[in-house]
Amino acid sequence: MADQTFPIAGSIDVTPPPRAEKTTLLEWLHGWVVTVDHKRLGILYMAYAILFLLVGGVEALVIRLQLASPHNRFIGPETFNEMFTMHGTTMVFLVGMMYIFGFGNYIVPLMVGARDMAFPRLNAFSFWLSAFGGLLLYYSFIGGFGLYGMGAAPDVTWWAYAPLTAKAFSPGHATDYWALSLIAMGFGTLGSAINIIATTLSMRCRGMTLMRMPLFAWLMLVTSGLTLVTITPLTASQIMLVIDRYLGGHFFDTQAGGQAIVWMHFFWIFGHPEVYVLVLPTFGIASEIIPVFSRKAIFGYPAMVAASVGIAFVSLGVWAHHMFTVGMTSVGNTFFVLSTMLVGIPTGIKIFNWLATIWGGRIRFKTPMLFCIAFLFQFLIAGLTGIILSVAPWDWQLHNSYFVIAHFHYVLVGAIVFNIFAGIYYWYPKVTGRMMSETLGKWHFWLFLIGFHVTFDTMHFVGLEGMPRSIFTYMPDRGWGTLNLVISLGGLIQGIAVLLFAWNMVASYFRGKEAGSDPWDAWTLEWSTPSPPPVYNYATDPVVHSRRPLWDLKHPDDPDWRYE
Amino acid sequence: MSAIPVSAGPLEHEPWHLPSRGRVAMLSLIIGESAIFTIFVVAYVYYIGKSLSGPTPAVLEVPWFNSICLLSSSVTIWLAEREIERGRMKSFTALWALTMTLGVIFILGTGAEWRKLIYLDGLTIHTNLFGTTFYSLVGLHATHVVVGLIMLGLVLLFALTGHIRHEHSERIQVLALYWHFVDAVWVVVFTVVYILGR
Repeated sequence: MADQTFPIAGSIDVTPPPRAEKTTLLEWLHGWVVTVDHKRLGILYMAYAILFLLVGGVEALVIRLQLASPHNRFIGPETFNEMFTMHGTTMVFLVGMMYIFGFGNYIVPLMVGARDMAFPRLNAFSFWLSAFGGLLLYYSFIGGFGLYGMGAAPDVTWWAYAPLTAKAFSPGHATDYWALSLIAMGFGTLGSAINIIATTLSMRCRGMTLMRMPLFAWLMLVTSGLTLVTITPLTASQIMLVIDRYLGGHFFDTQAGGQAIVWMHFFWIFGHPEVYVLVLPTFGIASEIIPVFSRKAIFGYPAMVAASVGIAFVSLGVWAHHMFTVGMTSVGNTFFVLSTMLVGIPTGIKIFNWLATIWGGRIRFKTPMLFCIAFLFQFLIAGLTGIILSVAPWDWQLHNSYFVIAHFHYVLVGAIVFNIFAGIYYWYPKVTGRMMSETLGKWHFWLFLIGFHVTFDTMHFVGLEGMPRSIFTYMPDRGWGTLNLVISLGGLIQGIAVLLFAWNMVASYFRGKEAGSDPWDAWTLEWSTPSPPPVYNYATDPVVHSRRPLWDLKHPDDPDWRYE
Repeated sequence: MSAIPVSAGPLEHEPWHLPSRGRVAMLSLIIGESAIFTIFVVAYVYYIGKSLSGPTPAVLEVPWFNSICLLSSSVTIWLAEREIERGRMKSFTALWALTMTLGVIFILGTGAEWRKLIYLDGLTIHTNLFGTTFYSLVGLHATHVVVGLIMLGLVLLFALTGHIRHEHSERIQVLALYWHFVDAVWVVVFTVVYILGR
C-alpha cells in the first residue's frame, strides 16, 4: 500500500460497493447478455480470449505430441493440417484480437476518466459479432462436412495461400467457415477499433490533453488506428475468396488468368501489420507496469508516443518480407529489406526507454513486473532474429523453416503473451477486487519462463538444421528427433504453467485477499475508483493536471504538473 | 462516491474542447472503408487486360448521366446540412428528398447498365477476370450507395413525421460525411474503370 497519506480524507470514497443482490441464474445471465457496460464487455472479451487460449494451447500440444518423435502416427496428416490451421487462426483472431479489446474496453475509459466508451451499444454489437465469428470457426468441426463429405476443420493454414483455397482443392465447407468467420470478426474488430479511437479522442476528462494521456491509452489509440487499415484488407480479400468459391469468380483462379501472388500480397498487407496490432497494446501494458514497479515516472514519454506512431507507420510498408522466396525484383527485395530493418529503430527507442525507466528505480519484483522483465529480454531476442530474417539471402535459406516459427513465437509468446499475463496480474485486483496469489503467480512465471525457453530456443536450432514448418512427421535419419522431443517437453511445461494460471484466476476470485482501490500504489486514474469500479465509474468527472494524476493527489507538496 | 476533487493546479479555467465523437467515428469508418476499396481497386487495375477470353472493358459505356446525378447529390446534401443548421426544416426536407432521388437514379442507372452487360454482352461475374473484378468493384460501391440510401430514407421518414429538429444537425452532418465519402469513392471508381481502364 501507499507509504504516503492516501487516500486523502474525503477525496476518494474507498468503501467497497455493496455486494450484488441475490439474483436468479437467468437474471444474471440476461444481465451479461444485454450489457452495454464497457467493464462487463471487457470481462467478456477477456474470458473469451482466455477460453480460446486454452483451446489453442491444446491444439499446439497435439501438434507437439505428433512431432515429438520421428515417424509418429499419433494423428494423421489431415488432422495435423487442421490442427495447425486452427491453432494459428485461434491464437491470432480469437485470442490476440480479443485480449486487445478486452484490456482496451476495460481500462481505456477508466484511464481517460470517462464513464463509458463513446458508443456503448456499438461496443456490445462488436463483441457479439466477433464472438459469433469464433463460434462459426469452431462450428466447422461439426458442420464442416460439405457436399463431398471431406474435411472437418479448415486445413489451408492460417495464411491460406491460393490456389489451395479454390473449390477444386478445398472441397466441402471448412474453408467457407474459415472465410466467413474472419469476415464477421473483421467487422467486429473494425467496430471496436472505431470505438476506442472515438473514446480516446473525444471522451477524455478535463485537463487530460493528448500529451497527458497514459501510454496504454495512447498505444490503444495507435493500435486501433492501425487496425482500421489492417483488418480491412483482410476483409476485402476474404470477400474476394468467397466470390471465387461461391459465385465462380476468378480473382485467384490461375486457369482464368488470376494469380496466386495477388492473394499473397493482399494477405500479408494485412498479415504483417497484424503482428504490430497484437504487440502494440502489450507495449502499452509494459509502459504502465514498469514505471509503477520501478517507482519512477516513464522515461521519455514523448519519445515513447512518437516511437509507437512510427512503428505503426513503418509496419504498413514491410509486408513483402514474407515473400522473399516468391521471387521479386532486386529493387523490391532491397526496399523490403530496408523497410523491415527500419522497424528496429523505433522499437529500439522503446526498449531503451523502458530500461532507462527501470534504471535507478526501487524495483518491486511482483509477478506483473517479473513478466515485464522477461518480456524485455525476450523481445530483444525476437527483434534480433527479426533483423536476421529481414536479410533477403538469409531468408531464402531459412524461409518456412522452424527458425521462422521460433522467431515469431518469440514475438507472439515471449513478448505478447508474457505482457498479457503481466497485465492480467496487474489489473485483476481492479476488476475483481481481489489480489491474485503471488505464490502461484511466481510458480506460473518461472514454469512458463522455463517452458518457453526450452521450446522456442530449441526451435531455432532445429530450424537451422533445416526442418521445414507445416510437416506432420519426419524421417529418423534427419537427426531432428531429440530436439523435437525437447521442444515438445517444453510445450508440456508451458501447458502446466497456463493451467496453474487458470487455477490462480479462479481460486483468487473466491479466496484472494481484498485488494482495495489501489493495491500497487499506482498513478493512473483507474486506481482512484473502488475495486471493482461502480457501473458509472466516476460520480463526478475527474480533472487532471499531469500524466500521473494520482501522484499529484498523493503528493500535493510535490505534484508532477510543476515539471511537465 | 468516487470523486477526485478539483484540486489546486494550473489551467483551471481554460475551456476544455474535445472533437465530436460522431465525426471521429465516421472519419475512422471512412479510413477503414477506403482500405477495402483500395484493395478492390488495386485488384481491378492489376487484372486489366489479363482476361483470357472476352468480353473486354470496351463493352462499357461511360455513365455520364449517372455520375452527374450522384456527384450533384453531394451538393444537395451539403445544402441540406446548411438548412438544418439554420433551422429551416421545410427546405431541409426538400433538399434531403432531392438527394435521395438523385441516389436512387444512380442505382437504377447502374441496374440498367448491368442488365445490358449481362443480357446483351454476356458478361457475368464468372465469365472472365474482367467480369469478376468489374462487378465486385462497382458492386461494392453500389452496396455502399444502397446502405447510404437506407440511412437517407430513414432520416427522410423521420423528417417527414417531424421527428428531426434543429438540434439533430450535427448527427445529420455525420451521416452526410458518409454520403460524401460514397460520392468521392465514385470519382475514383469512375476514373479507374470508365476512363483509364477502358
